[in-house]
Amino acid sequence: MDEFFLEHLWYFVIGFCAVSYVVLDGFDLGVGMLNIFNKKDEERRLFLNAIGPVWDGNEVWLVVFGGALFAGFPGAYATILSSFYNLVMLFVAALIFRAVAIEFRSKHPSKSWRSTWDYVFAVASLGIAFGAGLILGNLIQGIPLNGDGDFTGASSLFFTPYPILIGFLVVALFLMHGCIYLVMKTEGELHDRLRVWSRRSMLLFFFVYFVATSATLIYMPFMAEKIREFPWIGLLGLFAFAFFFSIPKLFSKGRDGTAFIFSCLGIGSLFGLFGIGTYPVLVRSTVDPETNNLTIMNVASSFLTLKVLLIIVIIGIPMVLGYGFYIYRVFKGKVKIGPSSY
Amino acid sequence: MDAVVLSRIQFGLTSSFHYIYPPLSIGLGLMLVFFEGMYMKTKDPLYKQIAKFWIKIFGLTFALGVATGLVQLFGFGTNWARYSRFVGDVFGSALGAEGVFAFFLEAGFIGIMLFGWEKVTPRIHYLSTILVALGSHFSAVWIVVANSWMQTPAGYKIVGEGKEAKAIVTDFWQMVFNPSSMDRLTHVILGCWLSGIFLVLSVSAYYMLKKRHLAFSKACIKAGLIAASVVLVLQLISADSTARGVSVNQPIKLAALEGIYETVPYTPISVVGWVDTKTETVTGLKIPALLSFLVNRNFETPVRGLNEFPKDEWPNVPVVYQTYHLMIAMWGAMVGSVLLGLYFWRRKKLDSAKWTLRALVASVLFPAIANQVGWFTAEMGRQPWVVYKLLRTKDGVSPMIQGSQVFSSITMLVCIYTLLFTLFIYLLNYKIKHGPEENDSDSDQKTQYRNPYEGK
Repeated sequence: MDEFFLEHLWYFVIGFCAVSYVVLDGFDLGVGMLNIFNKKDEERRLFLNAIGPVWDGNEVWLVVFGGALFAGFPGAYATILSSFYNLVMLFVAALIFRAVAIEFRSKHPSKSWRSTWDYVFAVASLGIAFGAGLILGNLIQGIPLNGDGDFTGASSLFFTPYPILIGFLVVALFLMHGCIYLVMKTEGELHDRLRVWSRRSMLLFFFVYFVATSATLIYMPFMAEKIREFPWIGLLGLFAFAFFFSIPKLFSKGRDGTAFIFSCLGIGSLFGLFGIGTYPVLVRSTVDPETNNLTIMNVASSFLTLKVLLIIVIIGIPMVLGYGFYIYRVFKGKVKIGPSSY
Repeated sequence: MDAVVLSRIQFGLTSSFHYIYPPLSIGLGLMLVFFEGMYMKTKDPLYKQIAKFWIKIFGLTFALGVATGLVQLFGFGTNWARYSRFVGDVFGSALGAEGVFAFFLEAGFIGIMLFGWEKVTPRIHYLSTILVALGSHFSAVWIVVANSWMQTPAGYKIVGEGKEAKAIVTDFWQMVFNPSSMDRLTHVILGCWLSGIFLVLSVSAYYMLKKRHLAFSKACIKAGLIAASVVLVLQLISADSTARGVSVNQPIKLAALEGIYETVPYTPISVVGWVDTKTETVTGLKIPALLSFLVNRNFETPVRGLNEFPKDEWPNVPVVYQTYHLMIAMWGAMVGSVLLGLYFWRRKKLDSAKWTLRALVASVLFPAIANQVGWFTAEMGRQPWVVYKLLRTKDGVSPMIQGSQVFSSITMLVCIYTLLFTLFIYLLNYKIKHGPEENDSDSDQKTQYRNPYEGK
């Protein structure tokens, strides 16, 4: 086991955390955005309780992703967070408001209290999704860094067309993913309505996905470099398409659970493409990219730390996945409002 | 104001605010394991009612702990980029372990603890409660280990120079068991337990004062008073050990905490006082030779004063002196209220001892204040270093962030945190006023209108 191997393994681990976060919290955020389209309190409560017991655990993947980045690639962690200072602060504010909205909504029966928190929930979810996409888009596009890995631009720089497009892509993705999750968790009239919603959100997603892919190929040609070199990587893109396209068919067969898993796999494939496309760069510099890019090699922690981290992950992750699956099994099936619900 | 000062203010603010909640969760976690354990053992529905009530409160403190904790996670990178690069290798493995071993355990099983009463067997529910409590304790372990490394670095080497310098772990276990980590961890965990225990005491005393939920409050007060007595004694032992550790590892800090400017034999200990930085003296109540005795176990050997150290390595003496002494005073206040409570309890007159009950209602603030000022002491006592003797705080800040940026984020965070705190108090109050679910417990209804001390 050498340094090269550990660095790459850690890149994979971080990617795994990121995908887990997006797949899991993605549907929470989708549900948050969709929630205000419900008219009845009963339906809103059903939506909320569909994610009620799990959203907190899902958000932990973000914490672990941040921790893993700090642990394995402290230079990238420091650069990303200090460069996107203002965005990160707003992102954090949105995360807080989301958590608070979920917790506080049900504590009071008054209508205005509830609908206020529902709007907070929706706006915060939208903000988190869009903000994550915006940061992602900027990381693909690159930001000006000096030789110390410090950001030398202004925050207004982050609002250029490509990152904004990626922001919309993430929003559309989460809307679709949330719909698909809710189809699995609901029944009756609401279930039928959600199937219509998920079809519409899929159309929206495919449209934005098409635009974003074209923009990436035209304006960010380096993202496709590896595919030209190793065409089999392009299969990931095809997989993503195949997963997403088979969802309507699965719905008509009533296999809602499989549809949700396919949506997760589709997202995973998209992220795989992103991870391979940007490899080995973690933060791309628009100034002197040859020397100023932060790559997994030049910002990695020491060999010993990576080894310790690996041991932690080998012991910890199977446990996490084990009880994660257990908890999802306990709360499996259609949501019902019970005495301990939100 | 420059970005360094503002970043320090922001970090102090967000940390203080965050630290309202985790101690309550950790302490309540301990009490929940006890109460639900009693239910498992006795099958007395009263204990189920108690566990259910405190689990709801736990849910509230936990949610706020997570929400404010996110700011902490990102706060290192946003404002302290250079520090993050310097300590990343060390801090990283601790944070990684915290995430994997602690957060998932807590956040995963809290779902079952809060929503799983009807979904799983009582045994599995109890197991979930234990795992949540364990998770919340684990999360304290790693963060305190990392912080202790900043106080007493060990098991590392420095590579690179100037801006490029960073600490690299050479021995993981030496890093984890650095000279101060076990003392400080014990001290922190005990402090957290006190927070939870006194919340239980305070709310129950309130019910007793209002003559509501008497069976509930009686059982909670009994458990609370016993737990508090034990933990307060343990905390005294831990405090002694921690302070003696500081005298060895960070002598400047101890000198600043006690306001000792000159090294003198028979060093006195301050009880209360006022630090004058111009004349470099402390006026107030002092007990002669006691500090020498506590630190060296003999009355004569002096404790090193600030005059032995370069002035640019002194912390802000008047502030840490006051925070440190306030922490100790709060311990005294806790001991006082518990002794009063125990006295009337033994004489079976607690329910009519109005002023003792009122003191117990207020007592929830004592550990909260002690925890806050204790951390102020620990962190400000380490200044001007962010990593003791290795990295100065002013060198740890993100080089490119502007004062105006930090000012905006402080303003935003203050607004959000004010809102959060208001909501927290409002909901806590709502839940307390609402009280435990009566229909869950037959025993409570029977005892509600009679003196719980009569009969039997």
